Order: sequence, then structure tokens, then C-alpha cells
Amino acid sequence: MELTRSPRVKALLKSRYPQLVLFVLMLAGFVFAILAGFIGTPVGSHNFSIVFVWIAWWAILILVAVPFFGRGWCAVCPIPVAGDWLQRGAVLNPAPKTPKWLGLRVPAKFRNMWMQNISFTLVALFSSVILTTPVVTSVVLAAMLFLAIGLSMVFERRAFCRYLCPVGGFIGLYAQTAPIELRIKDKNVCAKCVGKPCYNGSDLGSGCPWDVFPGGLTKNTYCGLCLECLRTCPHDNIAINARPFSADLARPSAKLDEAFKAFIMLGAALIYAYVLMGSSGAAKLAAYNVFTPAWFVYAAIFLTVIFILLPGLYWLVISITPRGRGVGVREFAIASTPLIPLGLMFWVAFSLSFVLTNATYILAALSDPLGLGWNLFGTAALAWQPLLSAFIAPAQSLALVGGLAWAARTAQKTAPQAGISSAPVISYCLAVTLLMIWLLL
Amino acid sequence: MRFNFLLFLLGLAGLVMMFAPLPVQSSPPVEREFRIEASQYAYSPGEISVNPGDTVKIHLVSTDVVHGLYVDEYGVSITADPGQTATLTFVADKPGSFRLRCNVTCGAMHPFMIGKLYVGPNLWFYRSAGLAALVILSIVFWKRSNQPTITAN
Repeated sequence: MELTRSPRVKALLKSRYPQLVLFVLMLAGFVFAILAGFIGTPVGSHNFSIVFVWIAWWAILILVAVPFFGRGWCAVCPIPVAGDWLQRGAVLNPAPKTPKWLGLRVPAKFRNMWMQNISFTLVALFSSVILTTPVVTSVVLAAMLFLAIGLSMVFERRAFCRYLCPVGGFIGLYAQTAPIELRIKDKNVCAKCVGKPCYNGSDLGSGCPWDVFPGGLTKNTYCGLCLECLRTCPHDNIAINARPFSADLARPSAKLDEAFKAFIMLGAALIYAYVLMGSSGAAKLAAYNVFTPAWFVYAAIFLTVIFILLPGLYWLVISITPRGRGVGVREFAIASTPLIPLGLMFWVAFSLSFVLTNATYILAALSDPLGLGWNLFGTAALAWQPLLSAFIAPAQSLALVGGLAWAARTAQKTAPQAGISSAPVISYCLAVTLLMIWLLL
Repeated sequence: MRFNFLLFLLGLAGLVMMFAPLPVQSSPPVEREFRIEASQYAYSPGEISVNPGDTVKIHLVSTDVVHGLYVDEYGVSITADPGQTATLTFVADKPGSFRLRCNVTCGAMHPFMIGKLYVGPNLWFYRSAGLAALVILSIVFWKRSNQPTITAN
């Protein structure tokens, strides 16, 4: 269903002003979060940077934005905005024909998801400190902001978002399941289009900041929904469509970097469920006390699980069946597709517990964002109280079992494309789901 | 027809799995006492088990900073100063698995200072695991039932 068929919706999306207002608001909040981490209380649960980034923003991202709007967050993310403005030398005007800065192309060997896999893994290894220590959160946020700005000066388009952002990688992976897409209406129109302004830019807007030619777009993974192509297309050939969930997964990706992103996300969810939601104090201390011997053991286990154990077991499971013998890299990557909906629902289930338990901190931090004794809205002294405790276990159960069903259906569609049986894939999904159920419930 | 009936049965089994009450345990309620040591960022023992109907008495001893203990869904809590013991008593009348959480900011990892209370069997675990197995059976069965069949003329 084409949402942009409505003239009002289309006008709203084509206008730069609503997006600009959101950008400015988000950027203000982002900069304030950085400042709060540096100058506010070191107590994480009373500091705006921790509460708004890791509770409020995370809840919106993983429970609403990614499942329902795919890369919708990327459309309003404040991190690349300053770099974009500097790169273009303007706030609203499109990029000039000749780059104002170096405008280099990202080297071909980096034009994949591996850098994002590495950046996410690095953040994940230090996540216990980042999630709980305001000043560390601020350092990470500021580093992302300045990296985005720096890369905008060196490379063309949004190199940071596309190839380095630790969050952007998994949003792109899971955006394939979202019931919304940006696609062209008619391929022939694109084929005949002179100058390809959607990719190269025109007076109406910049060429795709995400380095995607919309005419060849078949998946949500790398489309940042920035809407530039909607503005630049001279033939009105770009549409925003509502569609069934996981429509992109019917044509699975054969890229190993994306397959590993799925394993990394699945493994990280399992490890966080054990370390953060479990009762082992030793595991929490090991994860928190970075660069101690215990942390190195934790890091080694973390890396082994996400890069060796989970993918290794998967390869073993699919290759021991008669049809799976001699399975290659391409088939392995295709066969990993069911882990995308499964991983998304693992994160939904994990986040439900974390977010609802700590949501009352949001109201307290609104009134006293720096933990300096303010009481702006009269909610600063609000006592901590878990929200909807009785609802969490059934909701997690539904999310995990629903994710398993979704993964199993996906396996039935994608396994034949990898030339293997869906049975071992489904068995693997069942086993890791039972493990996650045991860890969370 | 046969396919729809089997799907109906599987759906019914799913509902039973999720909502059927478990058999009432036969042992009479007793008073169960636990000494739990709290330190950054764990309870020791981290997990305790009782039977439904038992009266639970928890002696919370903090070994470093001030810690609290809040029982999810029961909504009862207690705070212990360093070196002091505080006692919490409640009747475990809700079956299932519940998280014990520190409700006094005790350090960086405070939001993740968690223990577990099991009142009888961990219902949601068994229900979810059963439902997961049932869902897989249904999907496999559904797929097989919808596979095109080749008939010889």
C-alpha cells in the first residue's frame, strides 16, 4: 500500500522543515545528554545521559522504531546532522556539485558491514560500563558525533552511518522485517532517467546520502529513509509503502558480513540476558571491571560465543544433514536469514524487562536531569518502582515464542534457497529460544 | 477437514499450555527462613525456592554499602544498612519465578543487581517451552499439509 499516494503525506515528507525541526530537537537532546554525562551526577540512574539514552531512547528504538519503522530512527538521528551540514556547507540546500571537502569514496574493502560488526562488538564488550556510567556514555556519544563529522569531511555522503555506526548495522539488519519500505514505482522510469538525480543529486536535493541507487533498491538494509530521493526524483517515481512484516527476507542476503551481524546480535542478547538479568554477581563484576583479568575472561567468552560458538554450531547443524553437506559461505549466509526475526524478538524480550523495570527513572530524570537537586516538574523524588511487573513474563514469553514461529516460517522459505533442509535451522532456533526463555523467565 | 481439526487441536493444546492451572502442591505451607547476603552487585544465595503458600522470612545482611531487596510482583521490600540485618516476611501466595532487585542505589551496576525467587515450579518457563515446541510442531505440520502433491494419472 503506497502511503505517499496521499498528497498530504507526500507534501509532509517532501518538505524539509518537519525533518529539520526533528533534527534540531534531537540534536539538542543529544548534546544535552553529552553535557549531562560530563557535568551531571555520576549516579547513572539519576543522570539524563543514562536514563534518556539507555532507557527511553533504547525502549523507543527496539520496541517501536525498528520493528515498525525499520530505519525510521536513522531518518531523524542527530549524529550525522552536523557532519551533513558541514559537508554540504548548508543546512537546507543540497550538496554542491563539487565537494567542499575531500569527498573521497570509501575504499571498496570497507564498503560492507564488517566495520559495523566490529564497532558494535567493541561497544558491546564495554557495555556494562557504558550503560551505567554517565561520563563513559558521554564519551561514546561524543566520539560518535565527532567521528561522523570527521568522516563527512573526508568521505562523500554518510560514511559513518553506512559503514561505521554500531547502531546502524543492526537497525539495517532488522529493518528488513519492518512493515514499511521506500521503493521505486516503475523500474523502466529509472532505467530511462537521465542523470539519475536520486543518486547524483540535483537542485532539488542531495544525491543519496546512503550511497544507494533507489532504482536498484530491493531491501531496507541500507536505505536510511532520509527521503532525499523522494525530493529529487523528477518523475515522481519514489514511494513509501506499507507492506507485510519481513517482506525483504523472502529474498535472503548472501553476504557473510550481514550473516555475522545476525549472529553477533543473537549472541549479545543471550549474553546480556545472562549477565545483566541473571543472578550471578561474578559475571556482572567481570563485565563491569574492564581490563581486569576477569574482564578479559568475560571478553574472551563473549567473542567466542558470538564469533565462533553460535556460527560454528549453526554451520555444524546445517552441514550434518545429507542436503547440507558441502555447504558454502553463500549458502551459510542465506541459511542464517531466520536468525534476523529471531534476534529481533530476543532483543524485544530482553528490553521489555530492562526498560519496564527502570522506566520510573525517566520521570525523575526529567525533573532533575543532572542530579543536582532540581525538581522542574515535581517528579524528582518519585520512588523507583518497576512498571507492569506481572505483564513482563507473559510478554517476554509471547515475544520469544512469536520470534521462534517467525524464524521457523522464514526458515521454511529461505532454507530451500540455500539448498538445505529447514529442519536443522528450525532445531537450532528452537534450542537457542529455549535457552533465552530459561535465561529470561 | 482433517488438517483443520488437527490445527484446532494444536491451538487448543497451546491455550491449555498457557493458561491451565497446575496441580495444587500437596505439602502443607511452612515457614522458610533465608539469610541473604547483599554485596555489590549480587545476592548470596542468588536464587531461593519455596512452595506456594509458604511464609518466607528473609534476613538481609549487607556486607558493603546500603542495599535493598524488592520482590517483583509481590511489591514488598526491605533495606539493610552495612553490617546490619533487616528482616522481611511475606506469604508466597503467587506461584512462579520472581526477580529480587536492589531498590537502593548502590553503585554503577545497581540496576542489574538481581536475584531470583521461585515459588513452586517456574510456570512461565515450562509454559513457554511447551508453547515453543507446540508452535514448531504446528508450523512443520502446516508446511507438510500445504506441500503440493503429485498425482499420477
